[in-house]
Amino acid sequence: MRNVTLILDDGTVFHGQSFGYEKPVAGEVVFNTAMTGYPESLTDPSYAGQLMTLTYPLVGNYGVPPFSIEANGLPTFMESEKIHAEAIIVSDYSENYSHWNAVESLGEWLKREQVPGITGIDTRELTKVLREHGVMMGKIVFDDEPDNIPEAVYAGVNYVDKVSCKEVVRYNEGAGKKVVLVDCGVKTNIIRCLLRRGVEVIRVPWNYDFNTLEFDGLFISNGPGDPDTCDAAVQNIRKAMDNEQLPIFGICMGNQLLSKAGGAKIYKLKYGHRSHNQPVRMVGTDRCFITSQNHGYAVDNNTLGEDWEPLFINMNDGSNEGIRHKRNPWFSAQFHPEAASGPTDTEFLFDEFIKLLK
Amino acid sequence: MNDNKIKKVLLLGSGALKIGEAGEFDYSGSQALKALKEEGIYTVLINPNIATVQTSEGVADQIYFLPVTPYFVEKVIEKERPDGIMLAFGGQTALNCGVALYKDGVLEKYNVQVLGTPVQAIIDTEDRELFVEKLNEIDVKTIKSEAVENAADARRAAAELGYPVIVRAAYALGGLGSGFCDNEEELNVLVEKAFSFSPQVLVEKSLRGWKEVEYEVVRDRFDNCITVCNMENFDPLGIHTGESIVIAPSQTLSNTDYHKLRELAIRIIRHIGIVGECNVQYAYDPQSEDYRVIEVNARLSRSSALASKATGYPLAFVAAKLGLGYGLFDLKNSVTRTTSAFFEPALDYVVCKIPRWDLGKFHGVDKELGSSMKSVGEVMAIGRTFEEAIQKGLRMIGQGMHGFVENRELVIPDIDKALREPTDKRIFVISKAFHAGYTVDQVHELTKIDRWFLEKLMNIMRTSKELHDWGGNHKQLSDLPDSLLYKAKRQGFSDFQVARAIGMEGDMEDAIVALRRHRKQKGIVPVVKQIDTLAAEYPAQTNYLYLTYSGVANDVHYLGDRRSIVVLGSGAYRIGSSVEFDWCGVQALNTIRKEGYRSVMINYNPETVSTDYDMCDRLYFDELTFERVMDILDLENPHGVIVSTGGQIPNNLALRLDAQQVRILGTSAQSIDNAEDRDKFSAMLDRIGVDQPEWSALTSMDDINAFIWKVGFPVLVRPSYVLSGAAMNVCSNQEELERFLQLAANVSKKHPVVVSQFIEHAKEVEMDAVAQQGEIVAYAISEHIEFAGVHSGDATIQFPPQKLYVETVRRIKRISRQIAKELNISGPFNIQFLARENDIKVIECNLRASRSFPFVSKVLKLNFIELATKVMLGIPVEKPDKNLFDLDYVGIKASQFSFNRLQKADPVLGVDMASTGEVGCIGDDTSCAVLKAMLSVGYRIPQKNVLLSTGSTKQKVDMLPAARQLQRKGYKLFATGGTSKFLAENGVENTRVYWPSEEGQPQALDMLRSKEIDMVVNIPKNLTAGELSNGYKIRRAAIDLNIPLITNARLASAFINAFCTMSVDDLGIKSWSEYK
Repeated sequence: MRNVTLILDDGTVFHGQSFGYEKPVAGEVVFNTAMTGYPESLTDPSYAGQLMTLTYPLVGNYGVPPFSIEANGLPTFMESEKIHAEAIIVSDYSENYSHWNAVESLGEWLKREQVPGITGIDTRELTKVLREHGVMMGKIVFDDEPDNIPEAVYAGVNYVDKVSCKEVVRYNEGAGKKVVLVDCGVKTNIIRCLLRRGVEVIRVPWNYDFNTLEFDGLFISNGPGDPDTCDAAVQNIRKAMDNEQLPIFGICMGNQLLSKAGGAKIYKLKYGHRSHNQPVRMVGTDRCFITSQNHGYAVDNNTLGEDWEPLFINMNDGSNEGIRHKRNPWFSAQFHPEAASGPTDTEFLFDEFIKLLK
Repeated sequence: MNDNKIKKVLLLGSGALKIGEAGEFDYSGSQALKALKEEGIYTVLINPNIATVQTSEGVADQIYFLPVTPYFVEKVIEKERPDGIMLAFGGQTALNCGVALYKDGVLEKYNVQVLGTPVQAIIDTEDRELFVEKLNEIDVKTIKSEAVENAADARRAAAELGYPVIVRAAYALGGLGSGFCDNEEELNVLVEKAFSFSPQVLVEKSLRGWKEVEYEVVRDRFDNCITVCNMENFDPLGIHTGESIVIAPSQTLSNTDYHKLRELAIRIIRHIGIVGECNVQYAYDPQSEDYRVIEVNARLSRSSALASKATGYPLAFVAAKLGLGYGLFDLKNSVTRTTSAFFEPALDYVVCKIPRWDLGKFHGVDKELGSSMKSVGEVMAIGRTFEEAIQKGLRMIGQGMHGFVENRELVIPDIDKALREPTDKRIFVISKAFHAGYTVDQVHELTKIDRWFLEKLMNIMRTSKELHDWGGNHKQLSDLPDSLLYKAKRQGFSDFQVARAIGMEGDMEDAIVALRRHRKQKGIVPVVKQIDTLAAEYPAQTNYLYLTYSGVANDVHYLGDRRSIVVLGSGAYRIGSSVEFDWCGVQALNTIRKEGYRSVMINYNPETVSTDYDMCDRLYFDELTFERVMDILDLENPHGVIVSTGGQIPNNLALRLDAQQVRILGTSAQSIDNAEDRDKFSAMLDRIGVDQPEWSALTSMDDINAFIWKVGFPVLVRPSYVLSGAAMNVCSNQEELERFLQLAANVSKKHPVVVSQFIEHAKEVEMDAVAQQGEIVAYAISEHIEFAGVHSGDATIQFPPQKLYVETVRRIKRISRQIAKELNISGPFNIQFLARENDIKVIECNLRASRSFPFVSKVLKLNFIELATKVMLGIPVEKPDKNLFDLDYVGIKASQFSFNRLQKADPVLGVDMASTGEVGCIGDDTSCAVLKAMLSVGYRIPQKNVLLSTGSTKQKVDMLPAARQLQRKGYKLFATGGTSKFLAENGVENTRVYWPSEEGQPQALDMLRSKEIDMVVNIPKNLTAGELSNGYKIRRAAIDLNIPLITNARLASAFINAFCTMSVDDLGIKSWSEYK
């Protein structure tokens, strides 16, 4: 294994070894404290542009499942058609894997998809640095190619445009109620969750004006990067809100875009929520849920318009975890009710949405 | 919120430590009591286990050292009138007792509210049929099983399910009376035994080879649920989880697997209606996503204690709060103190639990691992690679192993068989197999252990080979590549393993020091990481620490102000060292804090209170090896180290630490060695004119024979540096002597084997004391009920002594003073004496706290460890104004045996310790205390029929008064040949029964099987192997059929005298504080 160095923007360096594709890379360094789910996370489009650090040290244990594609065009086990993270950073990569459903090792997969992976990093210390400093840009450099230094920017880049579908795709055509899904970088399991509930899904590019289509409900997906770069989507959502009866449901970036459409402001979290153990409480109730999260931006509760109210609050830091309209059937969650990866406690939100489709 | 009608709560403890129910419940109960105290609730605790932390002053408001049985608990309820009762913190003992009280209407009668999980939910999880029904309602799959009530139905059920099947007794602790059967013959044997424990027996299809996975789940009364931790067994289904190496979190489950089982766990806990904590055990198909629920424990368990330590999430504490009506959202994460308790810990390390067995201490025991638990303790190792964690763990179990590799060669005639039929040595068999060239696939085929684990073990093997290869070609340590050394350290190799692998020569202790120096020069040192529950996501002020080589920075900032005191803990619970040393450690920590120092604990036993991170200012959950302790001391730079409160493990480190200029507080390392080293100690006794049994160091057989010619048989044979009589034996004749010496010679080459005169019919007396600069400041003298020959850890101990001559006491005090002065003791110590008439001999002396410190401290109400710690800190202490001869009551410490779990082991007592736990009860007189204590360790007062076979003539005479008492009391006596004749000759009416080897009716065994006998007194004539096998069948049958058995004449007499002279109703229901 070739020796590599991770160089953070503040000058901190970590030494490790390469186990994935061998190319220098740069991106925003973020950490995720989930203990399982690396195939799902790597293919989650929300990680576009980021170097994903896993705090759980042993990675690769159960290999990688086959990248098979179902008849409807969706991958069976993955969250999109490819790896979106720029690189993965771990402490103790497990070259040997063991699982009945695995067809290759994590390292083999990374090489195939030309994504770097590095191991031997003190990911706890790295996380502490990120926690204190906030997320920052970082580079992975090969020690035997010291002059080959990659460059990248994250802030201000419209990653949504990079990962969104380029044309309209229909699933379950004629199945029943029609849901327009605004694809800001949607995870497959969101589509699966909708399809399982017997609706037709019309997946449209992030900036597509879906208001010209005929549909019963609007869904706004998750996606990478800065929601402020997605104004076109916000405008389309606002237009859709002219119909006060139209059910709207958003997840993750969908929560942020719906909030923006409702007039609220977004801010960047110091180091984001990326884990499987984020506790949220449904406002005004004793109901609490463990949620899967992956976001670096959050809705500012104080800027919600008076027709809106927080639906969920993060029990650790009090940040917004979802909003709802006081009268209209519009709500969203900052976390991932579709899980994959992570806990499945809040999947009932899809049921709530489906119930609203009249 | 807390229902504030609850002002007084009764908590049930789990009693004596036994296999399947050990220290984890001291930890759970202590946490629960802490949670209640925080709410201002008055707490009442029933637990006869006097050595626990939970029965210490200030933990509960009232403590009853009484049996946790419905009878006594009702009496306490009647007296104390609590508003609520907590059943989930005292293991199966408390749960069963609670269910019985509920069913009998006692709780209703006294209007006692069950806090936490409702009793109906407990019943639903305990009764197999109800359980299956309940889970069927929500479409959750259970193992197909049939509950049967007789053997014929069991055979039919097994035939229907198809062999192999598993048989379990319903309502039994940790798999008692369970096992696998491959055919009907095996089934018949097992079913008979299972029915002796329970009227209901379950026959199930076996899923051997499936993965075994557990989830710890918490639910509040608002229906909010979390899974705090999941764990995966290294050993596949078929080996009891208490016998299995367990890893947290799971390693071979994908996200889908993990969350599928998590979702099921939450569905189950909601449907059953748990309020508090429970664990769900699954069998999981390694080839699909198929699963079965094995069982649900509606209480805190061994796994929950492990999960708490593995994650830093205090499950018992939270469960107690939820029982009071709080929601999870009301509570804070006690590690971060800012984030919510409603969350699921994210680990950034891996933990590995390894069981500790002591099967070597039992004659004839079945060593194969299966569905019934036999281990007596466990360790938890933390690392950032699996290799690191498991190698640490294998050292921690303390059986002379250095890790996965570089151990002494194991002799295994048939590796295939040993892989297929796992024993307590299973992991070392894998090491051996790899050495012998077996591949991962081959080992997987034979063991069904997941390949991932085996590949990791193979990594260790490969690194070992690299080290050996390097060592074969090089001599200079300075040439060792840093990368190779660092790799080995990241994989958990100790300095010893590296030194051995690269072939360093000479004294290994010197080699370790040399390697350590080299390592430090190269900057290859471990880093300290925190366990913070959130994988560094939030800042945490946690003091819960471990060391790892997978890291570049410490989480802790060291002040270097020399205000910390490091206390070395006692390691894995084992026979001879368990909760009593945890109590000692905790008392030392408390005193250190009180005196204004920072307390630091090093220990690795997840069942303990001392490893609860709020018991000290810093907890290093790590090894107690020389290497690791030095690593920590290098960082801590403490004021000093306490080695005398953790039993033998820290004691044995004293000399080596001292050689590195570590400041040992209290008695000097040199003095410790002078007491431990038999030669030096004996020479000292001679010098100060103190008598001891004659002894001689073994150098040749001729010398030995000459020595025995002088003193005569029996003789006691043992190596130096012993604890709990390890490898110690009494030899009654030449043949035994020669056989034993062959075994013992392997024990330790460094210290010679010692043969000493064995004095029969002598009293054994213990002196527990604290001295300051050679002067005794406090002492407690106690006497054994049994004569010498029963290990002091197994003996029944009476304090204060009731039957010692004043002159004996005077002599013992004088000798103790002499020894304390000679060894210049500062701190705790214990001396064991033999007394016959007023002839006093010293058996041994330990310059550390002994097993009986908590017992004498609590009976005398004088905390010996607090006093000793003050002495060690150099704080002047006054001689306390307390005298054991002023006490108006008696304490009895009785031993708990776990023979029922140790299949085939001969339940007989000798110089080697066999008990797994103890209780201590207080009474107004000896009989009262004896009766409470014996009932606490599971004896029952016989109803009608008693079987006697009372050994040698001397013992028969000893037992005669007791036999007469039984007769007068109206018991029907049955006796074997010699005993029957002796009794008849002395006018005691009895019925003769026949040994298994004799013709004639009635047969003793038949009477036992048909439950006609309520108690068995079987006293072996002497300690020869022949005699031991003679009564073995009777003793073993008594154990297997759950009939009380006593094998010592003195103890039998004391017990018989107690229940013949008083009834249970005469026993006062008095709390500890009422004995003044």
